[in-house]
Amino acid sequence: MASIFTAVGFMAALGLLLATILILANRRLYVYEDPRIDQVEDLLPRANCGACGTAGCRPFAEMLVKGEIAPGRCTVNSPAMNKLIADFLGVDLGADEKRVARLACAGGAHVAFMRASYGGVESCRAAALVSGGGKGCSWGCLGMGDCAEVCDFDAIRLDRHGLPIVDASKCTACGDCVTVCPKDLFSLHAISHRLWVACKNLDPGDEGEHECDVVCTACGRCAQDSPEGLIEIRDNLAVVDYTKNAIASKVAIERCPTGAIVWLEPDGRIIKGKDARKVVRKEALPLA
Amino acid sequence: MALLSIFKRHPTFDHGIYPVEHKDLTADKPIRRLPFAPELVIPLAQHKGVPAVPLVKVGQEVVRGEPIARAEGFLSVPMHAPATGVIRAIALTPTADGPKTQAIFLKVYEAASQEVLYDLERDLDAMTPDEIVAAVQDAGLVGLGGGAFPSHVKMKPPAGKVIETVIVNGCECEPYLTCDHRIMLEQSDALIRGIKLALKATGAKRAIIGVEDNKLDAVAHLRAVIPKDLPITAEAVETKYPQGAEKMLIKSILRKEVPVGGLPADIGVAVYNVGTLAQMGDLLPKGRGLIERVVTVSGPAVANPGNFMVPIGTPLRFLLGQVGLAADRVGEVILGGPMMGMAVASLDVPVTKAVSGVVALEREDPDLARRKVYPCIKCGECLKACPISLNPSMLGELALARQYDRMASEFNLNQCFECGCCAYVCPSNIPLTQYFRIAKSINRDKNG
Repeated sequence: MASIFTAVGFMAALGLLLATILILANRRLYVYEDPRIDQVEDLLPRANCGACGTAGCRPFAEMLVKGEIAPGRCTVNSPAMNKLIADFLGVDLGADEKRVARLACAGGAHVAFMRASYGGVESCRAAALVSGGGKGCSWGCLGMGDCAEVCDFDAIRLDRHGLPIVDASKCTACGDCVTVCPKDLFSLHAISHRLWVACKNLDPGDEGEHECDVVCTACGRCAQDSPEGLIEIRDNLAVVDYTKNAIASKVAIERCPTGAIVWLEPDGRIIKGKDARKVVRKEALPLA
Repeated sequence: MALLSIFKRHPTFDHGIYPVEHKDLTADKPIRRLPFAPELVIPLAQHKGVPAVPLVKVGQEVVRGEPIARAEGFLSVPMHAPATGVIRAIALTPTADGPKTQAIFLKVYEAASQEVLYDLERDLDAMTPDEIVAAVQDAGLVGLGGGAFPSHVKMKPPAGKVIETVIVNGCECEPYLTCDHRIMLEQSDALIRGIKLALKATGAKRAIIGVEDNKLDAVAHLRAVIPKDLPITAEAVETKYPQGAEKMLIKSILRKEVPVGGLPADIGVAVYNVGTLAQMGDLLPKGRGLIERVVTVSGPAVANPGNFMVPIGTPLRFLLGQVGLAADRVGEVILGGPMMGMAVASLDVPVTKAVSGVVALEREDPDLARRKVYPCIKCGECLKACPISLNPSMLGELALARQYDRMASEFNLNQCFECGCCAYVCPSNIPLTQYFRIAKSINRDKNG
């Protein structure tokens, strides 16, 4: 009988001791975490895409609660959800303008020559490491779709000429395509940037035209026609200064002989100037 | 004795592969000259490091051997005019690496004398080690085995490191290539002069020439001509790919391993290619610059393969035209050897200082046919082939999962020197080496 009391007494004492340690540990080692972080995180898309500039949705939520970042920076969430977060935290929405990824190349298989056929791993990265991938224009899109593959939001597809098309409504400007493209053709742009040079060719004069029908030949007409300083010819390529985006207009594209500079409509249409070379060819150019 | 010798194996490293050599096409062809191309294209970035800066203007006439671009800092080398002519342009040229780079276009004068008039006689014995290092840089010398690393940089080991042994790399383990073989046979005097210079500049006590045992005639020739009072020996090593990789050759000859992430200098070794030292021995006494190199032009699509002394900047189109390229049969043109060389997308690419060979394969070459890739069957052949004992199978799976960071941090991706053994032996045709190149390229972009 006594042994039962001993056992129960011992267990009770041990339990009490351990409970005390736990209570002390809980008091001493307690880390306060704002409960709002969890609540805000629940309102985020949890895509962990990094488009906002943080490592993922959790760090973004932490920064939101601390007031270090505006809810509008999340480009994946719908504006309504972001509004909800802003109201919940009682902060300004601070919506950034929606940004999208844009491709600085229009040289699909029907307008740009391939000079060699590449036979290795079906990946732009791999092809670019083998003598540039075989495209005549060494700056041009290789069209094997690394960008479409890496896009978590299904916003990029390849058209029939092997050129990536970005669906602006799905694009969250996470920047994965910018990183993966071996030719650095993607960049993130505010949706209001509508004047766009779809070329990166630096070949002097008309040399690029041997390789591609829609190359920027750096003729300078767009720069002449647009207001001072909006477009500059730098290293044989027209470069738009987007700090002056407010004065950009369709005038710049009108006299472009190749259609390398375009005007992007919000509905996704690409407007070329009336002097731009009309390409009626649909099939791919032969290997030559 | 002769009977016993077949049992005697020459020293070697672990793992590696035995690809078909194809060296019989050119091994007995002496080094010959070809006519000058009408225009030479000299890229400013032919070496690892900082590109050279042009010294000439468009329209300027230059004499063969005259400096046309200067070195920019210590990790750079100058360029010299490979022919007498006039500078037509300084513009972009396609390269085997992909992006177009700045190059000097030199129009060669057809009737002009192509004598090198630009030199500065030197007394080698009176030169201090530092003067030799400076002279090597002035000569524009880079590793001619294909690495194109500025040679003078290797002569200056990092502070605290002492070079004890100079290893001269005459392995030439790539199939088809025979230019180093011919250099050892035909330019042994210049080679020995070059080795003496390397010994003096690095302060090393001995030099060992490592030659694969498929070139025993070169070993015998070198042993016969090396003066007995010099601390230079010639050693045969097993014919096995990649014996010519510097870490493998060090292991074979010295039984020492270069530490992971380290340099040969860490264990007191400097490795030079025989072609580099032969050029050094040839150029330095005359104070000239590197304007030409020996190139093996070979492969089944070449009518008259051979070893040629080719001016730097000769476009491939011209070079292959001279040897009779079967234009209807050619499938792939490779700069360097077929294992580690680079296929070119344009024949306008010029021969640079790094080009040891040009190999033209036929279109129906079975090695070129696109092969279906099967899943990894975990056979472990790639582990047995990898000369630096990586786990290519694991690395390949990580590459497919796009875990490029883990490949580098946990599986030593950056030690891989892309020899291609793993992909060569893979029964599932998995292009492992290419996966690793993708991974490295993405890691480079991410980490700046």
